[in-house]
Amino acid sequence: MASNKTYWKNINQLNSEDENLKKLEQNEFVSKLPEDFSTDERLLEEGSASRRDFLKYVGFSTAAATIAACEGPVIKSVPYVVQPEQIRPGVANYYATTIANGHDFASILIKTREGRPIKVESNSDAPTLGCANARVHASILSLYDNLRLKGPSANGKDISWDNLYLQTKSILKALKSTNKEVVLLTPTLASPTTEKIINDFIKIFPNIKHVTYDAISSNAALNAYQKHYGKRALADYDFSKAKTVVGIDADFLGDWQGGGYEQGYAIAKTPTKNNGKANMSWHMQIESNMSLTGANADQRVPCTPADQKKILAYLFDILNDVSSKSNLSNNLKQLTEKAAQRLKIAGTKGLVVTGIDDEVAQETVLAINTLLNSEAFQPKQPKLTRQGNIDKVNSAIDGIISGKIKGLITLGVNPVFTTSNGKDLGEAIKNLEFSLAFTSKMNETAANSQFVAATPHYLESWGDYEMKSGHFALAQPTIRPLFDTRQFQDVLLRLSGEKLKYYDAIKANWNSTILNGLSWNKVLHDGYFSSGTSLNFTTPDFNNINVSPLHEASSPEMSLILYTKTGMGDGQEANNPWLQEFPDPITRVSWDNYLTISLADANSAGLKNTNTANGALNGSYAKITANGRSLKAPVIVQPGQAKGTVGLSFGYGKRIGLKEEMQTGINAFELYENFKRVQSIQISALEEEHEFACVQLHNTLMGRGDIVKETSLEIFNTKDKKYWNPVPQVSKDHIEFEVTSPEVDMWQEFDRSVGHHFNLSIDLNSCTGCGACVIACHAENNVPVVGKREVRKSRDMHWLRIDRYYSSDETFEGDNQTKENISGIGDSLSTFGKMEQAAENPQVAFQPVMCQHCNHAPCETVCPVAATSHGRQGQNHMAYNRCIGTRYCANNCPYKVRRFNWFLYNKNDEFDYHMNNDLGRMVLNPDVVVRSRGVMEKCSMCIQMTQKTILDAKLEGREIKDSDWNCACSNACDTGAMVFGDLNDKESKVAELHKDDRMYHLLEHVGTKPNVMYQVKVRNTDDV
Amino acid sequence: MASADNSAAVQAGKKLFNANCAACHKLNKRAVGPALRGVSAKYDKEWLYTWIKNSTAMVKSGDAQAVAIYEEYNGSVMTSFPQLSNLDIDNILAYTDYVPPAPVAVANVPTTASSQESEVSVSNTLILIALTLVFLILVTMLFLVQRTLMRIAKLSGVEIKPDPKPKRTPIWLAFVQNQFLVMISVVLLLFSSAYFVYGYFMQVGVDQGYMPLQPIHYSHKIHAGANQIECKYCHSSARVSKHSGIPSLNVCMNCHQNIAEYNGEEDLENGYTKDFYTKEIKKLYAAVGWDEENQKYTGKTEPVKWIRIHNLPDFVYFNHAQHVEVGEIACQKCHGAVEEMEIMYQYSPLTMGWCINCHRETNVKVESNEYYAKIHEALSKKYGVEKLTVAQMGGLECGKCHY
Repeated sequence: MASNKTYWKNINQLNSEDENLKKLEQNEFVSKLPEDFSTDERLLEEGSASRRDFLKYVGFSTAAATIAACEGPVIKSVPYVVQPEQIRPGVANYYATTIANGHDFASILIKTREGRPIKVESNSDAPTLGCANARVHASILSLYDNLRLKGPSANGKDISWDNLYLQTKSILKALKSTNKEVVLLTPTLASPTTEKIINDFIKIFPNIKHVTYDAISSNAALNAYQKHYGKRALADYDFSKAKTVVGIDADFLGDWQGGGYEQGYAIAKTPTKNNGKANMSWHMQIESNMSLTGANADQRVPCTPADQKKILAYLFDILNDVSSKSNLSNNLKQLTEKAAQRLKIAGTKGLVVTGIDDEVAQETVLAINTLLNSEAFQPKQPKLTRQGNIDKVNSAIDGIISGKIKGLITLGVNPVFTTSNGKDLGEAIKNLEFSLAFTSKMNETAANSQFVAATPHYLESWGDYEMKSGHFALAQPTIRPLFDTRQFQDVLLRLSGEKLKYYDAIKANWNSTILNGLSWNKVLHDGYFSSGTSLNFTTPDFNNINVSPLHEASSPEMSLILYTKTGMGDGQEANNPWLQEFPDPITRVSWDNYLTISLADANSAGLKNTNTANGALNGSYAKITANGRSLKAPVIVQPGQAKGTVGLSFGYGKRIGLKEEMQTGINAFELYENFKRVQSIQISALEEEHEFACVQLHNTLMGRGDIVKETSLEIFNTKDKKYWNPVPQVSKDHIEFEVTSPEVDMWQEFDRSVGHHFNLSIDLNSCTGCGACVIACHAENNVPVVGKREVRKSRDMHWLRIDRYYSSDETFEGDNQTKENISGIGDSLSTFGKMEQAAENPQVAFQPVMCQHCNHAPCETVCPVAATSHGRQGQNHMAYNRCIGTRYCANNCPYKVRRFNWFLYNKNDEFDYHMNNDLGRMVLNPDVVVRSRGVMEKCSMCIQMTQKTILDAKLEGREIKDSDWNCACSNACDTGAMVFGDLNDKESKVAELHKDDRMYHLLEHVGTKPNVMYQVKVRNTDDV
Repeated sequence: MASADNSAAVQAGKKLFNANCAACHKLNKRAVGPALRGVSAKYDKEWLYTWIKNSTAMVKSGDAQAVAIYEEYNGSVMTSFPQLSNLDIDNILAYTDYVPPAPVAVANVPTTASSQESEVSVSNTLILIALTLVFLILVTMLFLVQRTLMRIAKLSGVEIKPDPKPKRTPIWLAFVQNQFLVMISVVLLLFSSAYFVYGYFMQVGVDQGYMPLQPIHYSHKIHAGANQIECKYCHSSARVSKHSGIPSLNVCMNCHQNIAEYNGEEDLENGYTKDFYTKEIKKLYAAVGWDEENQKYTGKTEPVKWIRIHNLPDFVYFNHAQHVEVGEIACQKCHGAVEEMEIMYQYSPLTMGWCINCHRETNVKVESNEYYAKIHEALSKKYGVEKLTVAQMGGLECGKCHY
């Protein structure tokens, strides 16, 4: 019999009307469970669905999905009506072309599939600028940007091209008849035919003045070169010939003077044995911000911009053997003397470069290199990729603002955004009689212009370039224009009444002036042409250079040094999600720019970085005041930042022509007063905090020297391999064995002697951390973009990451010793605590890490459904369709290289990046599956590429050459740090590297036997 | 009707016509060149001899008739046939002049067929009725016998008692009460239903036999079967690419520029008449923008939206070139006897088990392929076999097809 007893749980139950009690009876959980959904959390809290409702929904939707799944969709296949001869579905075509957007110049190859460009590769045959950086690799995605302009417009309304021609021509004629000045503002074109077209155009409209404008100026260097060599250009440098490099504020592994120097630098930086003694370059970097170049230097000297000038002047004096009146601090004096001494020893193998925005400083460097008779210094074949002239730009801008100039034509530049007085300029442009903006994306300047002429992406365009004297390049379209766009040159030809198209003009010009009878088709096929001509000049006389202004440089209390980030450059591609999500090689922060500040300055200003509960990085906001302007910027405490300086990168803060997610950061151009990279500012702390999306939260190695193994050149040369690159030992029956010995192997060794055995070697000496491989991997493998919020939750999807470590001591060697000397548990706690903090001027190491493709893979043994398994060719396979998402494998991976698809990243409005629209999806590689939600993914060692290589050989019935093997990262690696190949081919480069003394495996003591190997980093830290 | 001599000439002429002329000429219709029926009436025989043997020379010599034709056909040159003798040409002309007799209607044939059929059915019914009657008679007889016997029994005083029925548990109750049996049957039921459920789920997404109607009725039976066109003539990408490729329409026009109507066998039962096929060819012309009248492309195209039959999921990588060129596997192995398919359908299940099975059984074609030389030697030593299966080469590894 049921009992009628009531068990009282609460005194409130006496009151049967109690509302709370009723609610409690209905509700199982009194307080909300912590939830972690990506969808708007507020919505969830507001929702009224109970647990039961949820189960109902789940039940119904599962049933519905099951029923729906039974009927297959009808898929249509539409073949060509007339198939172009060179297109075979499923087979990729490659075209050589050139990118030249005023900031990045490179000879590249474009891979197309079924007529769609899907990947950029370096044109490594090209003798100059044949290497593509991360931005160039990512530029292919900008082709499929659905915010590109789709046709011309006038006053905000779409018009036809004919209409645009008619209107602009009549206005231009009217302006000409009244002789009113019009400015044509272009970036550095470096294009012989375009310049000819412009000159012809100006002959018809003499009231037009052509002004070249580099958003990020190299004006001082250009002036210095022009003064002494007579041409507005930049001296070129071959870093592979330099054994001693002194860089003063020259980020030559970044964007210094157009960049493209990493290849030569890496060649010189790799120790090569000669008569049993290894030799490598020595590099001292003197700078304020921690740049990529500084991070790679053997010795890095952080100091203020004023000290840099003084160091340069002092160096000049020493090398000229004149007594110096330098007032440098003793420490810096000693370092300068060291640099001078090494330069003297190196003789013609020495090189000094600088990026100081000062004509005298630039002249001094030209003088020093001439004095050294440096082999690396190549003034005879100068680079033409920067030609801007600030005086002319300033007078044009002043003229527009004052109303003296009545018309403005811009081509691909955005001065309203990229100049410090952009706001005034924008207003002035609105009031001009005539303004015409040639641009492929809406921007601040175009928004204020009367006419907007939509230009095609560079992959839809013809073009010719002379990037270096005597070095020519051609650009050809790789796809028909996606939108109703016209090239600037075609419009100009039409406006000058020519019948010719730009293509005809290039061909005619090349045939008559450049090719000298050579085949146009061959050059078009190759993408480049070197005529071998160089400048003729008498060696200039640098005797009357007066370096005293450099000696007298004074430093403000706080200097701001503006710089370009590896990922964003000048910000032309700010609407590119790959680049936004690309973590900066130094700070490892994505989706933002920020103020980098030294720890000492941060402490004194009360600025700090903190980590939230889930590890995500937060930073205080600082208020920057300069020249009466103030800006609010988040702060990153940057080890190695010189005291008294802060850094801020260009390229962010754009708001027009960008998707909302991409509107990140602050506009540093507002502080770019008079195109000077160094500005005097004041900073003060604000109460607010900024949320960063940083992918590396642990910055130091804490003495774990076996992760990034390194040694000094002296030890490398004098000691045995066992000393500086020992194989870890494990003990069995109290006998020590090397971990690689079969004696201590728990696993049965698989016979890998037959067929291919792929290995990837990564040389930590030549890896500069440039990140081109990260983007190339992204493009090749359809890696999704997850957005800032997800990156903050450590859910970034990069298959390949480049870890950056700082030493917590002055050097990593010091770290190792500190760790060795720990005694007792109390000491270990306090010491390790200290070691988490990077040093004031730390050594830096980069280490690209992708799936290590272990022969004894820990991930494989824990997969309950055998979704990840081992191939006999050395690759660790991942069958996505088999994966059920337990994530055991990721937890068991010692290298943390597996990535989980927390959400569906394609066709999902929550992730509105390129994979959410038809246009953006055109970039996807059809040979690699697009993964879905709930699936683990990781580097496949580009199995689609190795399989392709094998199949090609089978089809042609031949053996495979070592050079045939490729994977996306090794292909993108212009420095040669990454080498991929078949270990079973004894002749191969990778087999040779496998036997190299420098070879080691990551976390070798774990015994995973990876197929990715690293080469010990050798630092040239020894004194001579 | 025609004399024997004449018919021999027509036969010989037909052969010659098909071999030499049919590429550009039709009997009744203008193609690349003019229609040829009754051409001998239009031109003088001697003129025709010279023209056919060397038309170019004739045009050059300025013969008025020759120039007229040359201009009418936009300056396309007729191939010269110096190898044809005057007799050959006579034969061809006999063929082009020959008008085949109108087909004689055979009206009585179908009637015979249907009457035979009805005869058969009539006899069946009769037998059935007879059998029923016999059965009824038997039943009546039995009933009568029983009644007689009962009567006899009554008269002789025999008491017929119904059997006392022993109290038995009904079989269903016995079954229910036997727990062992219940358990066994429940288990059996569960297993069998699981078997069928599994079977049902395993066929979800397997489209074996999928035979959609295509926008153009393209008959592989006619092309690959009757006309023996090689598969890779149209699906040429299969040689080099992962896709076999659906041929672009310009490939169709390589032949169909000249083949404007269907003249092969008909399948009347399914409605595939000559007319039907000819209409399908017109659909191709509409799609590719071919103006038959003027033998010109109009430029107005309408791509054909074929319905894809063989759909592998996106997460499977399959390469035709690997199988067709390297493995030298016949297309029919996976696609079935396509040359017999009037409507194309999916022959194989295209399931992973099916792929894997083949990889286990098939030997790799290593002969005269330099790529395999070293690997084959090493592997065959390892496995101790001369022939290697795909599986032994690593063809069962996940990553070979899934990436």
